[in-house]
Amino acid sequence: MVSKETPTTTITDAAKAAINAQLSADEKIELYRKMVRIRRFEERSLRAYQSKKIGGFLHLYIGQEAVAVGACSLMGEHDHVITAYRDHGHAIAVGMETGPLMAELYGKVTGCSKGKGGSMHYFAPDKNYWGGHGIVGGQIPLGTGLAYGVKYQGKKGSAMAFMGDGAVNQGAVHEAMNLAGLWDLPCVFVIENNRYSMGTSQIRSSAGPGLAERAAGYGIHWAKCLGHDVYEVRACLNDCLELARNESKPSVVEIDTYRYRGHSVADPDKTYRTRDEIDEYRKNKDPIAVFQRELSDEGVLNEDLIKEIDTAAREEAEKAATFAEESPFPTPADIQRDVYWETDHPEQRTSKGRLFFS
Amino acid sequence: MPEITYREAVRHALAEELERDENVVLMGEEVAQFNGAYKVSEGLLEKFGPKRIVDTPITEAGFIGTGIGASMLGIRPVMELMFWSFYSVAFDQILNNAANVRYMSGGLINCPIVIRGPANGGTNVGATHSHTPENVLANHPGVKVVVPATPADAKGLLKSAIRDNDPVFFLENTMLYGLKGEVSEDKDLLIPLGVADVKREGTDLTIVTYGRSVLHSLEAAEKLAKEEKINVEVVDLRSIRPLDIDTVLKSVAKTHRVLIVEEQKPFASVGTQLGFMIQEEAFDQLDAPIIRVTTIDAPAIYSPPVEVEQLPNVDRVYTAALQAVKS
Ligand SMILES: Cc1ncc(C[n+]2csc(CCOP(=O)(O)OP(=O)(O)O)c2C)c(N)n1
Repeated sequence: MVSKETPTTTITDAAKAAINAQLSADEKIELYRKMVRIRRFEERSLRAYQSKKIGGFLHLYIGQEAVAVGACSLMGEHDHVITAYRDHGHAIAVGMETGPLMAELYGKVTGCSKGKGGSMHYFAPDKNYWGGHGIVGGQIPLGTGLAYGVKYQGKKGSAMAFMGDGAVNQGAVHEAMNLAGLWDLPCVFVIENNRYSMGTSQIRSSAGPGLAERAAGYGIHWAKCLGHDVYEVRACLNDCLELARNESKPSVVEIDTYRYRGHSVADPDKTYRTRDEIDEYRKNKDPIAVFQRELSDEGVLNEDLIKEIDTAAREEAEKAATFAEESPFPTPADIQRDVYWETDHPEQRTSKGRLFFS
Repeated sequence: MPEITYREAVRHALAEELERDENVVLMGEEVAQFNGAYKVSEGLLEKFGPKRIVDTPITEAGFIGTGIGASMLGIRPVMELMFWSFYSVAFDQILNNAANVRYMSGGLINCPIVIRGPANGGTNVGATHSHTPENVLANHPGVKVVVPATPADAKGLLKSAIRDNDPVFFLENTMLYGLKGEVSEDKDLLIPLGVADVKREGTDLTIVTYGRSVLHSLEAAEKLAKEEKINVEVVDLRSIRPLDIDTVLKSVAKTHRVLIVEEQKPFASVGTQLGFMIQEEAFDQLDAPIIRVTTIDAPAIYSPPVEVEQLPNVDRVYTAALQAVKS
């Protein structure tokens, strides 16, 4: 039997890649701070979930922080992002404020989606963040559409469409990749391979030698990199983004990463992987610890600063929770708001027929 | 009779039919090693092995289509959708293939597939995960649509669905999995598809309903009896297609008033169809306009305390029933 575990390309000296070499110390600290903020936010949300303040699903991103932070740090004015339901990390990485993010989890009207979307449905179009999406793979054609829009409007930009390793098998993903290849769209398909879709390891879900390799069938550029090192994520994705921005070419990037928690908080992992496997990753490849070491070696971080960043991140998460606690819920009247543009703007309404609504 | 949960009732039906007929297979995302996202299939892999209990990748169009193809050869696949909400991903296979193949082939090909899984809202998972697709599915001749409200119905109807020679869409309600009820252990206990069940006899008002709304209606009926001396009859459709309109009409002839309760958005819903059929066949019997309680017309809201308000609940049924009787 052919092993389905493919070797992963490691970018040698990612720290020295031009895109990283030009980072100032402050910018590096900011990358580090964002990862810590994501982690503390999610740990706080987990506690809120456990005390039943949050309903529905809560899919935590813990362990994968370097991917979202690395990727989103490369965004320019005309670069866009879309992702799946494991979306808290990307939301913080693009610069959304944690108060409204936490309030959304609590189902409050002050949430980023007014309590209508919940954990899986964060959006911030003003930050070129087109959301968290609940249907596995469903966001990928939308990502292609964002890239189409960028190209159509003649902008020098791109769209990064994130998905998990399980999503890659959905038909819609392949239709989208084909279109991106066919029409030379500036789309970067980012596969966050955390090795599991729910309780199914990638080896049990995907035929063929690997995931990114499938891009070859569409004549699309592909690459792989390790996801626990933010420098490496940046170096790898930057090449693809430049290809998109400068030549309007798509690419598929498979990033090797890992999630520490169960698929969702309601769905803990007891059966499909070992404690040792998780501990092994946590010990050797924790993205925050790895970057902390790197930056300490570079002399950018010291003990005091590390502590200060961590304390600030904890305080921020606590403040977000307080904001969420103290915010009001939507009212039943809010259920029928935001359904149609027209009913929210009655004075500018143009439809003649009845919407049979309200 | 032993008391078991709705979840166990579905599981027992699956186990008994898997045992009875080796052409039955269970297939879906996480159904085998993970025991099912809602633990419906717990223990089945151990008992029946990986040939009969099959994990699939997240590929609804692919695996549902595969099941439809296999059913054309006489396999009897039971396909689990992790959520019925994901039917949309497999929509083309479900409607263009499963619903049409028998007709297009002039009756040469049968499609004895069951597609089942949890549907409906109430678990605060937002718009993409809270669909109630029974009206959309039932709009297509060639398919059957079943929505059980109790553990006993879940078991008896699923067994019939698996033995049925047409595509049957079996919609379990996520909120009902923990519901307990008495269920017979008779291995041939079959509840025929298309037979409604009068869950409560009454004389003043007919509530026509199905699924979780049956429970709301029964609770409201008890309250109305106690507090208002109003005697409500509750008719549980159990299957949307075939639809047992005769049982509904018989009840209307007795009570002359109708309230429809459905966990559906109101536009072009199952209740819309019912209301039309009742006025078509029993207009003279009605002493008052038909009214209904539905889900408030909007995509499912996440916010937990507000989602409760969006769905039919006992209070809304109670108020509407009073209105129906007093008008
Ligand atoms: C179309 C569809 N099918 C099934 C699901 C249920 N589901 C949600 S997440 C998930 C696993 C996805 O795994 P992957 O794409 O690898 O992402 P990860 O969870 O690893 O981030 C499944 C099966 C869904 N949301 N949408």
